[in-house]
Amino acid sequence: MRSRRPFYAGVFILLITGILLSALRHYELDIPWLPGDQQTTWLVEARIDFEAVGDPVRASLNLPEQPPGFRVLSEQAASPGYGFSVVRKQGLRRGEWSIRQATGPQTLYFKAQFTRDPEQGTPVSQPPPAPEPVFWEEPQATAVDQVLSVARQRSSTPESLTRELIKLIRSSDPDQNASLLLTENDTHDLLPELLRHAGIPARTVGGLVLENARRLQPLKPFLEIHNGERWLTFNPRTGDQGVPDNVLLWRRDATSLLDVMGGEASEVNFSMMRQTIPALSLARSEATQEGLGFLSLYQLPVEEQGMFRTLLLLPLGALVVAFMRIIIGVRTSGTFMPVLIAVAFLQTSLLPGLVTFIAVVTVGLLLRGYLSSLNLLLVSRIATLIILVIFISAGISIVGYQMGFNPGMTVTFFPMVILAWTIERMSILWEEEGAREVVVQGAGSLIVAVLAYLVMQAPLVGHLTFNFPELHLVVLAAILLLGRYTGYKLSELHRFEPMSEHEP
Amino acid sequence: MKWISPFRLARLGMLSMNRRNVDYIARYNDRASYPLVDNKLRTKLLAADYGVATPGLKQVIRLQHDIPRFREQADQLGSLAIKPAKGSGGKGIVVITGRDGDRFLKGSGNAVDLAFLERHLSNILAGLYSLGGSPDVAIVEDLIECSPQLNEQSFEGVPDIRIVVFQGYPVMAMLRLASHASDGKANLHQGAIGVGLDIGTGSALHAVQFNRTVHTHPDTGLPLNRLSIPDWRTLLLMASRCYDATGLGYMGADMVIDATDGPMLLELNARPGLAIQMANGQGLLPRLRHIEALRRPHLTAEERVDYAMGRFGAPLMSPANPEPEPVSSP
Ligand SMILES: Nc1ncnc2c1ncn2[C@@H]1O[C@H](COP(=O)(O)OP(=O)(O)O)[C@@H](O)[C@H]1O
Ligand SMILES: [Mg+2]
Repeated sequence: MRSRRPFYAGVFILLITGILLSALRHYELDIPWLPGDQQTTWLVEARIDFEAVGDPVRASLNLPEQPPGFRVLSEQAASPGYGFSVVRKQGLRRGEWSIRQATGPQTLYFKAQFTRDPEQGTPVSQPPPAPEPVFWEEPQATAVDQVLSVARQRSSTPESLTRELIKLIRSSDPDQNASLLLTENDTHDLLPELLRHAGIPARTVGGLVLENARRLQPLKPFLEIHNGERWLTFNPRTGDQGVPDNVLLWRRDATSLLDVMGGEASEVNFSMMRQTIPALSLARSEATQEGLGFLSLYQLPVEEQGMFRTLLLLPLGALVVAFMRIIIGVRTSGTFMPVLIAVAFLQTSLLPGLVTFIAVVTVGLLLRGYLSSLNLLLVSRIATLIILVIFISAGISIVGYQMGFNPGMTVTFFPMVILAWTIERMSILWEEEGAREVVVQGAGSLIVAVLAYLVMQAPLVGHLTFNFPELHLVVLAAILLLGRYTGYKLSELHRFEPMSEHEP
Repeated sequence: MKWISPFRLARLGMLSMNRRNVDYIARYNDRASYPLVDNKLRTKLLAADYGVATPGLKQVIRLQHDIPRFREQADQLGSLAIKPAKGSGGKGIVVITGRDGDRFLKGSGNAVDLAFLERHLSNILAGLYSLGGSPDVAIVEDLIECSPQLNEQSFEGVPDIRIVVFQGYPVMAMLRLASHASDGKANLHQGAIGVGLDIGTGSALHAVQFNRTVHTHPDTGLPLNRLSIPDWRTLLLMASRCYDATGLGYMGADMVIDATDGPMLLELNARPGLAIQMANGQGLLPRLRHIEALRRPHLTAEERVDYAMGRFGAPLMSPANPEPEPVSSP
């Protein structure tokens, strides 16, 4: 008999390594064990894309400076081969990338981490020189005068004048003068120009609406006026004063957001992600590139971090499946199908996910009954099923949408090919073993899927798997140990019960 | 729901699914040998080399254009069984017991025409019944005529005898009788009757249906405890030789007894189920441990069978034959 000692030694090493590494990182980098004592931070990534034409390239991006309502924790630029520096030009912060020569598509990243800080207001600032009246052509000049005088009549301060102007311009039924101005000008340019014409310093700034895991977001224009003491922000769409809690003002002046020399078709867009990690330790782990900080997944681009969050949950799902099958003895259809379903549940949330899954599989089973009378070969049968599953999903989405259920849309999160295989297996099971077995295995799969989902969505699990990826060594050790479990399954204690009559 | 404590199961020596997989199948069965048993045609050819009889091979249909040959010879073939080489669980097996003019009579009594059989053959070739849908070959073999003595016990279909062979020693056996509930199939979980057989003599020990003890066949009403298998030693010898043929240390041999040609091997299984313990009312573990603890294994099938018959025949492990000390603890 082969010795089992090396096996158990290996498992032990995995266990110890996992626990030690995470303990070390806990103490060294102050990453807490529990998700509780955490602060929400926003990681915002600006991504610049352009086509370099083979000349020296200089790209310059406007950087946020003391955005109201937020505190900057860290900033970092990632761009292979480029030199990067933060420069101040005419009192404005800009990030500048440069390279001697580049050709082809280029991508530059700038990452910054913010935390909400309501204390952080707009600082008092010197009023800019009073603006010169804008020159308007007739008949716009008359319209401007009219609009301004209407607004002035209803207001007493620069703030109220601004609100009134926004109301006039943004009214669903603008009067003749406003309509005239709107046909000739862009709204976002029109408002500041009107205000400047009235002698109030005004500018358009760019704000980012923060929503978790958003990609390819543009900056939204906001209006700012100076009331002699400080800049005040207005939403030019609603007239509301102040910066909304979820808006980060990225660009605070009228200069361009992005300038690229030596490149064409340049664009910048933003992705963002909410993170829950203490600001302090995060700042530290970002700073310590050496030491254990290198293990941190926070160094990856935001897009990849999101993917890894889900990916790192999978081992836990696999562990649940292994436990349920080896120790409990639940029969599932397809070994790891339940994990994939559970991952889909993570996106759809449990109840809508369950409903759509059962609906798709049931309808699929009914249609598959017809397919089996056609005597198709396996490959084309599955291919047909995949198409049917997509039709069914589309049908459910449309019906759900019409009935006002948003969950209808969530059906797209289910892996279609897995659904098709599930239907195929269940249907063969039905033909060969009867409906009972279909119900047993179907229910078994769903129970395992729901359990895996419950484990994977627990905040603690999400926190530990992402912040202590080395803990997966412990999961691995557990799975290896399960693989050597030779005892009875719970289900066998029932199955073998009739043996009790043979006991001596 | 009724439960039994794991300690009582351990005392009964019940082999669990996990232990079967880890301690027996993974340890004693070489993966490379699986294709020998997962393909019935290879098993058949291999068995012939080792003097183990199998149902006579009439034809092998490998390609679509072999099917016309089947058509030409169909008239001379008489009664036959068609099966996919890589099938399992009785899938795709068609048993033709006779002719009714142009039509063929199936085991169930229904008549089918030649076109049906040709379509069935081409489905087998396309892999409709094989694991994972891989292309397959069709085997046409002689019909097994069950010996009358056993036949009256089985409701429909040919009863088969499952023998668990561990390192060449037949350690446990059961007879599987189809019943009305199992729809003529000899699958225990579908309601076939499992009759535990005494390794020493081949006579019935105990019988179960749906895991519950039964004393008479529910369809024929005949008592099950008086059953005895003829040619028992030959049967065990053939099963034991399958170990020499395949090298699989832990396997199940499915045997049948033909009315004219005697015991034959039907198929081999590298992952035999655990229900045989229920049919015998005994656990496998003590016997497996006993074989594992043997200092000097027997070299020939005859020696192994004689040892097993003496050792595992009822009454099990008489005090006159003390068990050897186990080499290792579990
Ligand atoms: N040659 C045959 N003659 C009569 N019946 C057969 C023959 N071969 C198989 N059968 C029947 O089909 C059943 C299953 O056959 P088997 O070879 O064990 O295939 P499987 O791997 O699908 O279980 C047997 O139990 C027997 O009842
Ligand atoms: Mg069989």
